[in-house]
Amino acid sequence: MAYVAVKGGEAAIAHAHGWMAECRRGNPAVPGIGVEQIEEQLGLAVDRVMAEGACHDRSLAALAIKQAQGDLIEAAFLLRAYRTTLPRFGHAAPLDTRSMAVRRRISAVFKDLPGGQLLGPTMDYTHRLLDFALAAEALAEPAPEAEAAADEPLRRVADILAADGLMPAECDAGEAPPDLTREPMAFPASRAARLQNLARGDEGFLLGLGYSTQRGYGNNHPFVGEIRQGEVAVCFTPPELGFEIELGSIVVTECDMVNQFQGSRTQPPQFTNGYGLVLGRGERKAMSMALVDRALKAGELGEDRVAPAQDEEFVLMHSDNIEATGFVEHLKLPHYVDFQSELEVIRRMRATAAAPAEDRA
Amino acid sequence: MTHDPGYNFAYLDEGTKRMVRRAVLKAVSVPGHQVPFGAREMPLPYGWGTGGIQVTASILGPQDTLKVIDQGADDTTNAVSIRRFFSRVAGVRTTTRTRDATVIQTRHRIPEMPLREGQVLVYQVPMPEPLFRLEPRLSETRRMHALADYGLMHVKLYEDIARHGHVSTAYNYPVMVANRYLMSPSPIPAFDNPKMDNMPALQLFGAGREKKIYAVPPYTRVRSLDFEDHPFRPHRADAACAFCGARDSYLDEVVCDDRGGRMFICSDTDHCETRQEAAR
Repeated sequence: MAYVAVKGGEAAIAHAHGWMAECRRGNPAVPGIGVEQIEEQLGLAVDRVMAEGACHDRSLAALAIKQAQGDLIEAAFLLRAYRTTLPRFGHAAPLDTRSMAVRRRISAVFKDLPGGQLLGPTMDYTHRLLDFALAAEALAEPAPEAEAAADEPLRRVADILAADGLMPAECDAGEAPPDLTREPMAFPASRAARLQNLARGDEGFLLGLGYSTQRGYGNNHPFVGEIRQGEVAVCFTPPELGFEIELGSIVVTECDMVNQFQGSRTQPPQFTNGYGLVLGRGERKAMSMALVDRALKAGELGEDRVAPAQDEEFVLMHSDNIEATGFVEHLKLPHYVDFQSELEVIRRMRATAAAPAEDRA
Repeated sequence: MTHDPGYNFAYLDEGTKRMVRRAVLKAVSVPGHQVPFGAREMPLPYGWGTGGIQVTASILGPQDTLKVIDQGADDTTNAVSIRRFFSRVAGVRTTTRTRDATVIQTRHRIPEMPLREGQVLVYQVPMPEPLFRLEPRLSETRRMHALADYGLMHVKLYEDIARHGHVSTAYNYPVMVANRYLMSPSPIPAFDNPKMDNMPALQLFGAGREKKIYAVPPYTRVRSLDFEDHPFRPHRADAACAFCGARDSYLDEVVCDDRGGRMFICSDTDHCETRQEAAR
């Protein structure tokens, strides 16, 4: 048999991509899915791609999902690769989630609290039964309209606890936050860098790590102090104007986890906070992020760092799914040369092992 | 040839290129030292050469001639893809001839033909930290580099020799650069390591995912770690290339039937073709 050369790579690549495009479209007799349909009807997928792609643009995220055939990590990658080419003209002011136009706001620690519990749109308490009527495209009954909510800021549970001295208030250290898209991660990382990393991190990775803290790997005893979801204004001060203007508003989900803390020699027993904030309605991610953020505070709080979720370098270096997917999948690339050198070595080692002991050098 | 008007020349914006070039200059000034840089997301996945691509994009000029190899070959899929990327976004001349290239981006090999002054060899690097299998924590390895504390690696090599009679590292074989920094040569076979020593060309290493750049300036001492009684010995398959008959080049082993038949061919396709042409 003759050696089949690896030549012709260029044509093969073009054809493979052509075939993939065909797979993406599926049966041409079935109407194609529109970007608007994805944006409207697969909203949670759009949210996840925006969060992990670290770019708030619903229609671009929807396009990425369409192009990636619903592979959300691939879609986040497409969005990131686009985002990296955008010019950076400054930092927005920190989002003020206290003045969020809240759609959903729940607390698991107080039965009632100022502003009340607002369930909002949620899958909680649904029965996970496949809805066959949906397959027949039945239109859902329109949901009843709520009375217009009072347009006043809702006090955050974290603020309520802090006011009683039961939980340290989060304060702005006044330092300019790092930008992970411009400067590589360095250790030990600042809290701002940690939160930035987690906010872009893979939902599944953070979910697993958060879960591990609940199962005893870095005991946390968490309570959901508050989850709030809704629109917040993005404000920016252009240097040429010199005063702040509102650029628009985005939907975010914020989670404050309240955790037990035994106290230390220098600090009295009190609650400690884990914080999560993600673009869109990624509630599971916001909760996971808050659990991991709290676990990563182990060092500052003088707790033993024994669990994976408490290990800053381990968590922060492996949270990014774009980096992870690239490096895992690069194993598909040819490794003939490395493998050849391994072959030489293993043959040599086997020969040495088989030789009588006195012959060994 | 002109480049895609939708993108800046060589894809990256000029500000990013300047940032990368500053890191390159620092790397050249401190040979073998890993310089952190603000690696960008690229339109190719991490692990597929994003570090090398960013370095190449930052040093490339319109007059350059680019050669891209993967596993020594110009025609492997990823080499084709990266070469096509640069002819699209930079519109530069490309070549498969080692001697005609001014910039050579490589994955896992150093060309067989000795490189000359003025050429730049850009390596794609997956894990820039030579100590990562022994100590995964960057905060710890940074300290070890600062103190030139490389005992851990010597112990590893010693244990290999004690157990197997020789060092079991076949590729990515650690080197000392200018007698100061321990450096990963990227996963080239140990066979290629001696080519790095006193090379007239500039060697740049880009690790995109790990966000590090490092360099070996021309004519710099690069020594593969070894012991006096166990000197470093590069290895290759003990055979001749089935196409060009070379006995001194690095060979790929090709399985040619299901009865254990093997043949060996040059991994460096340009080297092999040049020899075949000369013989004709």
